[in-house]
Amino acid sequence: MAENTVISAPKEKEEWFGKKERKLLTDPFNDNNPITVQILGVCSALAVTTQVYPSVVMAIAVTFVTAFSNLATSAVRSYIPKEVRMIAQLVIIALLVTIVELFLKAFNYAIWKQLSVFIGLIITNCIVMGRLEAFAMANKPWRSFLDGIGNGLGYGAVLILVSVVREITGKGSLFAGSPIEWKIIGNTSAYMINTTAEGSWFGWYANNNLMVLPTSALLLIGIIIWIQRSYNKKLVDIS
Amino acid sequence: MGSSGYILRFTLIMTVITALVLAGMFYVTEPYALRSEAVFNKRAILSAVRSQLGGDKFDELSDQQVLDIFEKQVEQLVVNMQGEVVDGEKAENISLAQEKKKPESNRLLPVFIYNSPDDSKKYYILSIRGNGLWDEIWGNIALESDLNTVAGASFDHKGETPGLGAEIKDNPGFPAAFINKKMYNDKGEFVSIVVRKGGARDPQHEVDAITGSTITSNGVSEMISRGITYYKPYLDKLKKS
Repeated sequence: MAENTVISAPKEKEEWFGKKERKLLTDPFNDNNPITVQILGVCSALAVTTQVYPSVVMAIAVTFVTAFSNLATSAVRSYIPKEVRMIAQLVIIALLVTIVELFLKAFNYAIWKQLSVFIGLIITNCIVMGRLEAFAMANKPWRSFLDGIGNGLGYGAVLILVSVVREITGKGSLFAGSPIEWKIIGNTSAYMINTTAEGSWFGWYANNNLMVLPTSALLLIGIIIWIQRSYNKKLVDIS
Repeated sequence: MGSSGYILRFTLIMTVITALVLAGMFYVTEPYALRSEAVFNKRAILSAVRSQLGGDKFDELSDQQVLDIFEKQVEQLVVNMQGEVVDGEKAENISLAQEKKKPESNRLLPVFIYNSPDDSKKYYILSIRGNGLWDEIWGNIALESDLNTVAGASFDHKGETPGLGAEIKDNPGFPAAFINKKMYNDKGEFVSIVVRKGGARDPQHEVDAITGSTITSNGVSEMISRGITYYKPYLDKLKKS
């Protein structure tokens, strides 16, 4: 299968960063978003989005894995025997995920503890495997690499969108745990809006505890899908 | 292509390359990972005496500062369940998670003594471990040199609900509420500290529970009472001497 696709691929003009290449990067943000259109990788999107900082780290980790697993798989695609195709892809993914995990453990131990099992679970994140099967096995390395970056960032964009809403409404902060923590609204003087301050207009305010539970992420992703499809009509009949 | 021989060769080469890359990666990152882990654990232990280490400024201490403070101002010793000091063991190498698997009478307990440079007081930091709602919870309690008054506490958990049970770690107000509580009553009997649902009634021995996390709160009460009971033989010996 793999070798056939290579031979039958039509000759086209080689461009480093033409229209098609740009489309590979931008498509996953809207028309082909891994989470909202392909509905892949939702599990980790529910679990890690309570706060923005771990979401950003997760987005970078997934982008790294999709980009380089696409690149590696595409580079060796004509050598992979089709009988062990999936296993070979999994070994490449697992290798990259383990590198990410070792790196995080060494240089950002607190976030490694917080993300714990979800870093390892990138291996089973359907986005990675899906892109290898759907794209990298049939395309050249450079394009596959761009496709990987695009899909990783498209996944990351949804993650960060959801986590911003969840952290502000659920905890009253942004980027908690990172060096640039913002405390926005809460009941001590450390926050920008102190709800317990005398004469405060926000005395009624309390953090929404629903927002820190995974359920809220599902609701938010549902709302994002709804909004996206209401203006992007061509998505309505897909999936 | 596609023959058994080719598949075998391909798999073999792929496995060897992957194994070599990972082994190399592990070899390079291991010293950094060990250091990060040590800093993380030592920060958690020192967090129990954070009021002595600049309060809110404690979180700004760099990794190197944490290691330095631990090196210069913290004495470590290991005690057994009979309250005797065990020689040849380092407290930072004792894992309560491992000790919990042993029969009660064989367990070893870590004691960290923080010597404050300002007032040359000693603070006894004791490690405790118990169960929350979903998984294990653990913490460190610092006692002042009267071995009764709490100087501070820090808690952590494996998988409590964010916003509810996880507040034992995320809300700095919760461990701070333990400061100046007493482990013993006026008659010298051990009464521990209870996390009370609906608000603390006894100013000496109770702190407010976290709304919506009854089981985690009860777990903290249980963990403190059991954990400090384990240390009691050692504390009694210290008081006599």
